[in-house]
Amino acid sequence: MADHAPKALVITAAGINCDLELAQSFRDAGAQPECVLLSELVRNPARIDGYRLIGLPGGFSFGDDIAAGRIMGALIRRSIYPALAAAIERGVPMICPCNGFQIAVQAGLLPGPAAGESWPVEAASPTVALAQNQGGAFRDIWTRVEIPADTRCVWTQGLELDDSTGLLPSAHGEGRLVASDALLDALEANGQVAVRYHADDHFNGSMRRIAGICDSSGLVFGLMPHPERYTRWTQHPRWTRLSAHQRHGEPLGLRMFRNAVERVLVTA
Amino acid sequence: MAAVHRVEVRPKSGQRDPRADAVIRQAASLGLPRPSAAQHASVYLLEGDLSEGQVRRIADELLADPVTQVAELQARGTVRPRLDALIEVHPLPGVTDPAAESVEAAVRAMFGTAVTVRTGDRYDLGGVQQSDAATIGEKALANAVIHGIHSEPWHPERFPAGHGYSLRIVEVPVRDLTDAQLEKLSREAHLFLSLDEMRAIQAEYRRIGREPREIELETLAQTWSEHCVHKTLKSTVRYREDNLGAGQRSLAASAAPGRPGHAAEADGSVTIRNLLKSTVAAGTFALIDEKRADRIDWCLSVFVDNSGVIAFDEHNAVCFKCETHNRPSAIEPYGGAATGIGGCIRDIMGTGLGAKPIAATDVFCVAPLTGTDVPAGCLPPRRILSQVVAGVRDYGNRMGIPTVNGAVWFDPRYVGNPLVYCGVIGVMPRTMVKGETRRGDRIVAIGGRTGRDGIHGATFSSAEVEHGHSTEFSHAVQIGNAITEKKMLDAMLAARDQADGPLYSGTTDCGAGGFSSAIGEMGKDVGATVHLERAPVKYDGLSPTEIWISEAQERMVLSVPPAKVDRLRAICAAHGVELCDLGEFGSADGTIRLMWHGTEVGSLDTHFLHEGVPMPTREAVWDAAWSAAQVPAAGNGTGVGPRLLDTTCALLAHPNLASKEWIIRQYDHEVQGASVVKPLVGVGTGGPSDAAVVHPVAGSRRALAIGNGLATGWSADAYAMTLAAIDECVRNLVCVGADPARIAILDNFCWPSCDDPRNMGSLVRAAEACYDGALAYRAPFISGKDSLKNQFRTQDGRTIMIPPTLLVSGFGIVEDAERACTMDLKSAGNVLVLVGTTGARMGGSHRAMLGACGHPDTRLPDVDPARGARTAHAVAACIAHGAVRSAHDPSEGGLLPALAEMCFAGGLGARIDLSHVPVAGSDVPDECRAFAEDPHRYLLEIEPSKLGTLQAHLDGIPHAVIGTVTDEPTLELVGIRVPRESTPISALRSAWNTSTGG
Repeated sequence: MADHAPKALVITAAGINCDLELAQSFRDAGAQPECVLLSELVRNPARIDGYRLIGLPGGFSFGDDIAAGRIMGALIRRSIYPALAAAIERGVPMICPCNGFQIAVQAGLLPGPAAGESWPVEAASPTVALAQNQGGAFRDIWTRVEIPADTRCVWTQGLELDDSTGLLPSAHGEGRLVASDALLDALEANGQVAVRYHADDHFNGSMRRIAGICDSSGLVFGLMPHPERYTRWTQHPRWTRLSAHQRHGEPLGLRMFRNAVERVLVTA
Repeated sequence: MAAVHRVEVRPKSGQRDPRADAVIRQAASLGLPRPSAAQHASVYLLEGDLSEGQVRRIADELLADPVTQVAELQARGTVRPRLDALIEVHPLPGVTDPAAESVEAAVRAMFGTAVTVRTGDRYDLGGVQQSDAATIGEKALANAVIHGIHSEPWHPERFPAGHGYSLRIVEVPVRDLTDAQLEKLSREAHLFLSLDEMRAIQAEYRRIGREPREIELETLAQTWSEHCVHKTLKSTVRYREDNLGAGQRSLAASAAPGRPGHAAEADGSVTIRNLLKSTVAAGTFALIDEKRADRIDWCLSVFVDNSGVIAFDEHNAVCFKCETHNRPSAIEPYGGAATGIGGCIRDIMGTGLGAKPIAATDVFCVAPLTGTDVPAGCLPPRRILSQVVAGVRDYGNRMGIPTVNGAVWFDPRYVGNPLVYCGVIGVMPRTMVKGETRRGDRIVAIGGRTGRDGIHGATFSSAEVEHGHSTEFSHAVQIGNAITEKKMLDAMLAARDQADGPLYSGTTDCGAGGFSSAIGEMGKDVGATVHLERAPVKYDGLSPTEIWISEAQERMVLSVPPAKVDRLRAICAAHGVELCDLGEFGSADGTIRLMWHGTEVGSLDTHFLHEGVPMPTREAVWDAAWSAAQVPAAGNGTGVGPRLLDTTCALLAHPNLASKEWIIRQYDHEVQGASVVKPLVGVGTGGPSDAAVVHPVAGSRRALAIGNGLATGWSADAYAMTLAAIDECVRNLVCVGADPARIAILDNFCWPSCDDPRNMGSLVRAAEACYDGALAYRAPFISGKDSLKNQFRTQDGRTIMIPPTLLVSGFGIVEDAERACTMDLKSAGNVLVLVGTTGARMGGSHRAMLGACGHPDTRLPDVDPARGARTAHAVAACIAHGAVRSAHDPSEGGLLPALAEMCFAGGLGARIDLSHVPVAGSDVPDECRAFAEDPHRYLLEIEPSKLGTLQAHLDGIPHAVIGTVTDEPTLELVGIRVPRESTPISALRSAWNTSTGG
């Protein structure tokens, strides 16, 4: 791995279980990932300053026992939240798939401060919830997705999708996005909706089909699907049916990581 | 001062309440009055020295979601206004409560205060009587074995606590007991030891001139249990054939020559020394024999460790273990299944110096969900299946291990003994395949704390179940905490992968028998001194015996060189994993000495412990007529005919075949991002994959296929059934692109009591078939397990025996993941090729099970493993050369259901002519061509231009083009007698999508 490759921090903790594939996705996109335990970062928050990308992986942090992401979110807001907010203000892109998204909303990292405002010293209390799926059950399923043309998310901006490959895998029981209409209006108006479920594949009942959002800077990206599970064509659920033409280029998930890594490289 | 504070968390008004909705659905499904309204609240009881302000902050910042939920604090004695009826469910004291453990840890981390937490669920129901609510509680919301069910909100003044323990060394006099007294002792102390075994213990203690102590007897009972030493499979067997069915393979004296460990007797019977060693294992040892030029050189560790290990590539090894957890799942399906997969995961972690679990498999055998007469003492099959699935889901998903392959088999004889098979695959560097515990190493236990959980689990699982057992043995039931195990796994892998090598010299998991089996096993050659009072316990009052034999979950034992203990301790601390140093491996005389605060409470001779169990000779009789009579009568032909395609729909809707999507999608079968072929493939709701393919090593093109074979429909002859299961497993793996020269398999025998010589007879036939099958396919068995007392005695004295059930699990190397093959049809214009012959025998087929079968020949089809192996290699070559667009194994349901699955999975149609089907014998009617379940067959989709390549590889193997793929939405066929038929693909798909549970 070349030295100029940007360092990416992957935060792990008890019950986080998508850390290795998230690290692999950063590596495939040209970054140098390191997995670090939350307990280590709590002891030494300054360590976060050494990274130019951050990932909060999926899993079942602390068992998701009270509610998904609740305990880890509460721990982060009382420990490394200031260091993470500083990193975002420094221009560090952060991706939070699945449990990472649930943790980020609990920790006050998403949807983040309104456009033009800076990050509060004390973590804001949650304004977005990821509640039990409609139907109640955990579901592992690939769905077609849409990326709003006006999104300011640095991870999804400018990605073009086609019907056979514009998919993402989801696997969660608590992914139904719930928030006040006022907040959702503001997010839409400000280009903070980063990805939506296709109308025919809207399995968890999220308000306005929202699968992922970003903060007002576009750097912090939280979504219920798992882009880190769609970086090779053989992960596509119907890859044995895809023509060579359909398989040209890189899968959608990897393109999201490239987007962020390339941005870090040009702003360097 | 410390008090118990009560917090209720419920949805804000206007928010959905999915758990309340679920209760209303469950009430309806139980045929109870439908509640007009329902509310659910999560209940948290916190005991600690907390001000109301602190409790309020804990409630608002930790327990409730400010967007969707509201938290209410309740003073003791005050009850929130209720609806007409109320049910509150809490785990019983001592039962693992993972949510409570998480809240305790979070409160400690966030507020620096120590609290004890109990969680629960409150359900308010409107429009029903309290009595109906109570029934809903017992039948749907709780299991009295592990839950307290309250009709008022539970708010105790204090939590019940354990009492202190003062040492009593209990001696159990055996030296002067009569046989009758020995048997009485074995039964009443729940030792489940036979008279011979009790006599052996008596003789040993007479020899050393003292009475055994309770802790020593318990250890012997655990170590000698069927579960741990496989007494039946390792015994010497005298096998004879009283009644051999037409066309059945004789395995009596005439077959003995050439079989290792077999001796022909004058009376025509055969004596087999150590059945397992002389059959299943003998096949493997023949295949890996150094002296053979064509020896298999990729087996790295077989039968000796917690799982079997084979080479994956130059640097990496993969291992596979499959366990059953039948008894606990019969009593408490959720916890039983969860701890089943949890234990199997630890077998992988405890292989060599530790492997990383990368995939899991699950196969369940249960009674039909409808129309089953459920005896007292058994749970309804629908509840068992849904709870077993939930247990696997919650443990596997939390561990981050994808469940990629499985099956469900329905048979009324599983009503009292459901079977829950859990398999786990792991990957490890080849340098980590073997560990060696040395004298002087510390005995280090990591992971969960020890409680009374699962005491007597090993002996219990070796006993026949009676209607009374569910209460008598409730302490044998365990609840798992997946996060405790995940933390332990992360810490172990970190300790294994140190730059200067692993921080430990050996490891094994605490499974059945707990510390007694783990430390007993690791200290077998060197002995050990164990200070039991050092083990961290869940609550006070545990005796040394309870600590020694407890089967509390999520614990591993490591042997650690003294100089490395501190580094290991630091890694465990960083991961939040508890570690304790229990003592030292190695003792002067090789005994295991058990200490309690410096006093010796027990001493065990490891030689007697591991070699002392007597292996009596067992009688085995093959009685084909009796065996055939055990097979349930065929159905009444519901849904059958008149057209073959109507019957095809009925078969697709048969619960064994019908879609398992409702199960598969509850499992995160893609976590770790390594999936190449998923359980469901193709378009729309997809079709059933023959096997899974995963990428064990990131960046490598090489992949691993994972599948299974189960042919319980053939149980009339366990010999043919076993060969059919091996063949099905191989076919499933080959269909997705595995190299049949690189397949390893596992055996899991679940049998009714082998004290009945006729069941022992079918066990012998199955074991002999394992030997013949492994040699023919050159597929070595690398690991196995057995569960041999699966029968249920009802209150009125009936005995329900399960069918002899052999699960064959297998995995094989796929050289290039990009060459993996799926079963969904790819494009119109391709031709359909059926490889292998079809005969006129309908025995064992699902068509025969449906009943009203037009064709009377109910004998099982011929199985010829040599032909099966040749065919597998030829088909694999066609796939490896890219000649095959899709491949499917027509084992379950036969040709038409398999073709239908390929059609709707591909969103394409097909047109076939049954008269082209290659047949064995002359008169093979259309119904047999359509639905017979002959082995060694493959259904392939081929581009016309590739037919030449195909012919070249299939030289000498019967095969024929039977039709073409079309882009019309119909399946069309014509037979030798039946006129043209056609059915919409959508009709076939919706038949297959008939729910099998949920």
